[in-house]
Amino acid sequence: MIYRETGQFKANYQDDQALFPIDQDRYVIFGILFITFAVVPYLLNQYWLNAILLPFLIYSLAALGLNILTGYCGQLSLGTGAFMAVGAFSVYKLMVAFPELGFIPLVLLSGLITAAVGTLFGLPSLRIKGFYLAVATLAAQFFLIWLFNKVGWFFNYSASGMINAPPMTIFGVIVTGPEANDVAKYYLVATFVAVFALAAKNIARGRIGRNWMAIRDMDIAAELIGVRPLIAKLTAFAVSSFYVGMAGALYFAVWLGSAEPTEAFDINQSFLVLFMIIIGGLGSVLGSFLGAAFLVILPIMLKNILVDGFGTDSALSAHIEIITVGVLIIGFLIVEPHGLARLWRIAKEKLRLWPFPY
Amino acid sequence: MTFFIEVVLSGLMAGVMYSLVALGFVLIFKASGIFNFAQGVMALFAALTLVGLMEKFGFPIWLAIIGTIAVMIALAWLIERVMLRHLVNQEPIILFMATIGLAYVLEGMGDILWGSDVKVLDLGIPQGASDWMLDSFDIYIEKLEVFAAVTAAILVAFLAVFFQKTRIGRALRAVADDHQAALSVGISLHTIWVIVWSVAGIVALVAGIMWGSKSGVQFSLSLIALKALPVLILGGFTSVPGAIIGGMIIGVGEKVAEVYVGPFVGGAIENWFAYMLALVFLLFRPQGLFGEKIIERV
Repeated sequence: MIYRETGQFKANYQDDQALFPIDQDRYVIFGILFITFAVVPYLLNQYWLNAILLPFLIYSLAALGLNILTGYCGQLSLGTGAFMAVGAFSVYKLMVAFPELGFIPLVLLSGLITAAVGTLFGLPSLRIKGFYLAVATLAAQFFLIWLFNKVGWFFNYSASGMINAPPMTIFGVIVTGPEANDVAKYYLVATFVAVFALAAKNIARGRIGRNWMAIRDMDIAAELIGVRPLIAKLTAFAVSSFYVGMAGALYFAVWLGSAEPTEAFDINQSFLVLFMIIIGGLGSVLGSFLGAAFLVILPIMLKNILVDGFGTDSALSAHIEIITVGVLIIGFLIVEPHGLARLWRIAKEKLRLWPFPY
Repeated sequence: MTFFIEVVLSGLMAGVMYSLVALGFVLIFKASGIFNFAQGVMALFAALTLVGLMEKFGFPIWLAIIGTIAVMIALAWLIERVMLRHLVNQEPIILFMATIGLAYVLEGMGDILWGSDVKVLDLGIPQGASDWMLDSFDIYIEKLEVFAAVTAAILVAFLAVFFQKTRIGRALRAVADDHQAALSVGISLHTIWVIVWSVAGIVALVAGIMWGSKSGVQFSLSLIALKALPVLILGGFTSVPGAIIGGMIIGVGEKVAEVYVGPFVGGAIENWFAYMLALVFLLFRPQGLFGEKIIERV
């Protein structure tokens, strides 16, 4: 009853092709946007903004990127951590070299650089697929991290090999560096995520997105009906890396402030983001958000419960935490292999009928 | 020249160590189509259990080994019972993710049960340089690595006989060939999976012993799984000889590159060189050196 499309007539093609054709969806989206931008920053304290919402939003963006590649185009990648590192290091170099350009264009630029690198490492996907490709993307992971460790030019020859984000301002408010304003940081990241989530939803349902899905479902059949695998796969790698690169740039410049390649962008990052899209739901924009929320909040919650609630020492609780995460992942895959987004879809079906049985 | 031979030989030996890990991957992939990321952690877990049994309970070596094998078989049964049984017919990527979850669980469990400090594993395996090789050919070779190579050869021979000559081995090959056809002639998939995970567990134990004797039993042992992956794509996911030969190629290539190219680019290229090598091979043979040719139909 609440969630039904009956009675919502489309009078023109524009309405018919709207991103959210049903009124209720539109209200929910506007509601979420309103809460995100107008309510949350004034309601929550610094800890919530910095420790939970910021990583959640940034990881959502990364998950969105990987979901484009793995969920929509079916190309399994284990190089997300490295591509985030590319974004982080290119935004660092750009911030030092061209601070006059402003932070937002620099983040977009570093996304473009990552897209170029990602396309390069996507080339093997034309020959190989499945797990062979996944292992091949590991080559990107190890090679790029090694490069950022060894070549001094990338970290401006700093003695520790760390990169530190110089302070930059948007409309006069500092958004990077140690003196940054928390609310400003939140607004910046939330804007990026909102804009690019809508963009992803649009791309995915358009011509390019449908080409990706055709390749995912069966690449040979897709080729036979006229989808060019070269273009489809490489655009998927490019767009995906663009998102992941921006996420990496924000991750380094806005959230961490300083980073070191082996610590911040190791292979566990790649797995973490992959877990997010699997648990959230492959091939779903909503799923990327749900998965990121789940995996960002879960460890914090576990730690709080174990250390503060039961007083276990931190080493043991770290072990319990890792076991719990493992068990939850396995349990999740058994109960709902299609992820949280699928649960939402089922709920929607139920809501259409509720409160009547059918 | 002697130096070059030395480098190649030590590469070969290191390659055998990679092969030992890759072997476990291949066995499970063949029998169930699961890309088992937890293989490296299984090796760590097996080595930890072995050391734990010897240190905490004072077991003699042979009893500790038997005990560890029993633990690995129990683990295989548990994995099949709790995890795999419920994931039948899921997509490969889901199964892959599940094994990463499994890797987390095993890692945490091993640490809680046996402690996370570095342990010395001493089974009386000869260590140090081989005097005979040093005297007669002036070549430096680690005894431990020779021992590992011999063990690997025995293991592969044993596996070959097991696969080719026994009833269970035939069933395993049937399952690897076609799940549904195997089911239809009355082979129990569940039993086969338990067996194959047990065998992989035992292979993991052997790998764990070798790596543990070499560099101590510690967390970094689980990372050797990452070293075995390029071996896998080089040799093909489904081929036992591929795992061995792939391991040797990777081992030699890595050592030669580290010694002769490494100094010019800043060293530590071991981490990614194997992947690049494997990638170049893949461009020419997408299914790996010995993998089955993939025939695709629409």
